[in-house]
Amino acid sequence: MLSINITMIIPLLVAACLPFLSKKKLPFHIGWFVLAVPIVLFVIISSYIPSIASGSTYLHTIEWIPAYGIHFTTYLDGLSLIFGLLITGIGSLVILYSIYYLSSKESLHSFYLYLLLFMTAMLGVVFSENLFVLYVFWELTSISSFLLIAFWYYRKGSRNGAQKALLITVSGGFSMLTGFIMLYSMTASTSIRDIIASIDQYVDHPLFVPALVLILIGAFTKSAQFPFHIWLPDAMEAPTPVSAYLHSATMVKAGLYLVARFTPIFGGEDLWFWLVSGVGLITMFWGSFRAIRQTDLKALLAFSTVSQLGLIMSLLGLGSIAYHLGVNENSVPFTLATFAALFHLMNHSTFKGALFMIVGIVDHELGTRDIRRLGGLISLMPITFTVALIGSFSMAGLPPFNGFLSKEMFFTAVLNIHQLDLFSLHTWGVLFPIIAWIGSTLTFVYCMIFVFRTFTGPYQAEKLEHEAHEAPIGMLISPVLLAMLVISIFFFPNLLGDYLITPAMQSIFPTFTPSFDLRQPISPWHGWNMEIWMTIGVIILGTLLYRSFRRWKGVYSLFSERWGFNALYENLLEQLETRSSSLTKFYMTGYLRDYLVYIFLFLIIVTGGIFFFTDAFSFDPSGDAPIRAYEWIIVIVMVIAGISILFAKSRVTAILLNSVLGYMIAVLFVLFRAPDLALTQLVVETISTVLFLLCYYFLPEWKKEKTTNRTKITNILISISVGSLFILVALAVNSGTLFETISKYFENAYELAGGKNIVNVILGDFRAFDTMLEVVVLFIAGIGVYSLIQRKVPKEEEKLEDQ
Amino acid sequence: MIKIMLLTALSLFGVAIAIALYRIIKGPSIPDRVIALDMIGVNLIAVIAVISIALKTKAFLEVILVIGILSFISTIAFSKFIERGVIIERKRNE
Repeated sequence: MLSINITMIIPLLVAACLPFLSKKKLPFHIGWFVLAVPIVLFVIISSYIPSIASGSTYLHTIEWIPAYGIHFTTYLDGLSLIFGLLITGIGSLVILYSIYYLSSKESLHSFYLYLLLFMTAMLGVVFSENLFVLYVFWELTSISSFLLIAFWYYRKGSRNGAQKALLITVSGGFSMLTGFIMLYSMTASTSIRDIIASIDQYVDHPLFVPALVLILIGAFTKSAQFPFHIWLPDAMEAPTPVSAYLHSATMVKAGLYLVARFTPIFGGEDLWFWLVSGVGLITMFWGSFRAIRQTDLKALLAFSTVSQLGLIMSLLGLGSIAYHLGVNENSVPFTLATFAALFHLMNHSTFKGALFMIVGIVDHELGTRDIRRLGGLISLMPITFTVALIGSFSMAGLPPFNGFLSKEMFFTAVLNIHQLDLFSLHTWGVLFPIIAWIGSTLTFVYCMIFVFRTFTGPYQAEKLEHEAHEAPIGMLISPVLLAMLVISIFFFPNLLGDYLITPAMQSIFPTFTPSFDLRQPISPWHGWNMEIWMTIGVIILGTLLYRSFRRWKGVYSLFSERWGFNALYENLLEQLETRSSSLTKFYMTGYLRDYLVYIFLFLIIVTGGIFFFTDAFSFDPSGDAPIRAYEWIIVIVMVIAGISILFAKSRVTAILLNSVLGYMIAVLFVLFRAPDLALTQLVVETISTVLFLLCYYFLPEWKKEKTTNRTKITNILISISVGSLFILVALAVNSGTLFETISKYFENAYELAGGKNIVNVILGDFRAFDTMLEVVVLFIAGIGVYSLIQRKVPKEEEKLEDQ
Repeated sequence: MIKIMLLTALSLFGVAIAIALYRIIKGPSIPDRVIALDMIGVNLIAVIAVISIALKTKAFLEVILVIGILSFISTIAFSKFIERGVIIERKRNE
């Protein structure tokens, strides 16, 4: 049997072949070729079900970067099995659907390439056992989702949606990476199983809580939890198969997977419980509340996805209490919550996938998905209607559909919570069932809106682009299959529970097995208890709200778009852009003068600061030679010449004074017994004077720069401080000799190199390498000057020469 | 005795250079300044000669020669610049 590592790579390999296929004229839709991939993967992964259900797990390791402990390790247990089946199963249905949905005029090979890339990435996320490999695949899902959302890249909405999704999920990914690195630095292990085994020692570590929060931010951004949910409705610009696959069934569940996977690590913390279940409940309520108002069917489904993800997230949070209570009978109600989370996770994938496909069919056949233009399709599109009815009733939590079962379990979980005297739940715990109940009622309302506004009421033919008719059979296969699954899960829930969810529970609660029975029997009917009355209440109140929707629609005007998180996001982007550009414009003035000011200020602060704070400014004049009268005179002449340059009125004066400075330096060289330097200095000084004069002709009139007093004062201050800094540094350096000089060695120049002139021997023998490179510098300068003059002469210059 | 004489000479040459510098800075016309620079060159020759005697070395005699040549060249260059506006002329019709 193929190992999981190899299995995961199959989509990548097929994706690599697709561009070659696109060149050829295929006799069939390219999707048929691609369809084989998820089906094969589904079969391979399904073949593991019996052995996983009996409690075994599979671990495969391929070394990747062994020096850092990063291995391409896959771990197949109950939890990853569920996700693997969802990814490949729904993936096959979505690809089948997309074959009929996308016309051959689209760039199909890129579509399927992105989709296969996404499939590998998603399988990598759920099967990776190594933190950093998981992160790699996590980012690959973000990137491939970005590509898929912007599939119709010529639309502005697609580009904006893709950008938003990428920005939010990648920022979350970075925060998650930081959390992973913290975990790694705590436990010195990159393997999730090792970390789970050893985490007990690190609960009091200062990095434990930051790692928890950062990893949760990653999960929340990916799973569109409040307030990071804003990217999901905008991602609906993607083609519908993509929305069905990524934004309902798989990618948005990566965050849930992460939370479930990390529950054994962080589960016992009350912060974890409050964040996960609190944020989940808020998301559930807010998503269902906003979904009611949407007029676009896909936006409605997007918000409903947000809401359902919040529901699952809150259940995972409730389940983490079991870790706090430990392995005993008290924690049974809370392991039930996790069980419900996994069950609803699977249910949600089935009915939400079907609903998205239905919306796609409506959009494809009628040319619109605006709820105000639709109506009366019940008799025209009977199969579509049936599937929509099944999907939305399941979403609303009605029997005989699978959503009913998971909703009942959800109610049981939240009802259990407020009896618990833990995490200060006795005060706030009562809010849990109330919010959950209100959220479910709102869910019921939008489900009714979805199915009845679209399919009943008057048929408005004049508002539609195409005549309404039933979709082609190929398009209906996938949603019908999913709808059948929705019903069959209701009637045989324990099949799913025993074979898939119980092993997954074992991976979330590894310490609870084998002494503890994690299996929960699901019964479609559980007697007249509180949960069923809550459901009845949901139905009654929901119906009333749906009937009177027009009257309470005004509530939504209280929540203006201007105060939403979308506005915040857009404002943030805009402000970031304008602020950073004004900041850059503030200091990047384009004047060389200003940049020199920065450079010199930096020099003064850093050099001066270092000398000052290390007490390096100590002067010891005892070793200095006496200054003789003629040295004074020469130095004073130089000072006068140097200062006069600043006040020179004409350029020639400045050049003359400059050469005075140069000659005086030559004299100083003579005085300090450096004949070679003096010779060179004289020649170079003369040549540069001549060069100045050469340039002079082409320069404009010498004009005093019009500068304000402020810049003048700044310039004076900076030049004085740079000058004095250098004097001080030179004096400080001169007063301390740390070790003997090496010049003694060069005194044997004659014996070692056969030359009596030490300077020349050093230049030509001891350190000839420097000389060679300086020759090269002169050579480059010469060539540079030559090419500047010869090449690219502007036309004005030519005219000057012609005169 | 000779050392004091040499030092005096050096100081006096320094004063001469300072005076020439005054002419360079002040000099109402550019030829004044160029002549002053030339004078500084000549003074430098003398200064270096004196220094060579004081330091009892022949190492700086080349410097004297070079200054002689260079001060001549730079004076010529300045003069040509003042007269023609350019130092190296291009004769196009050759």
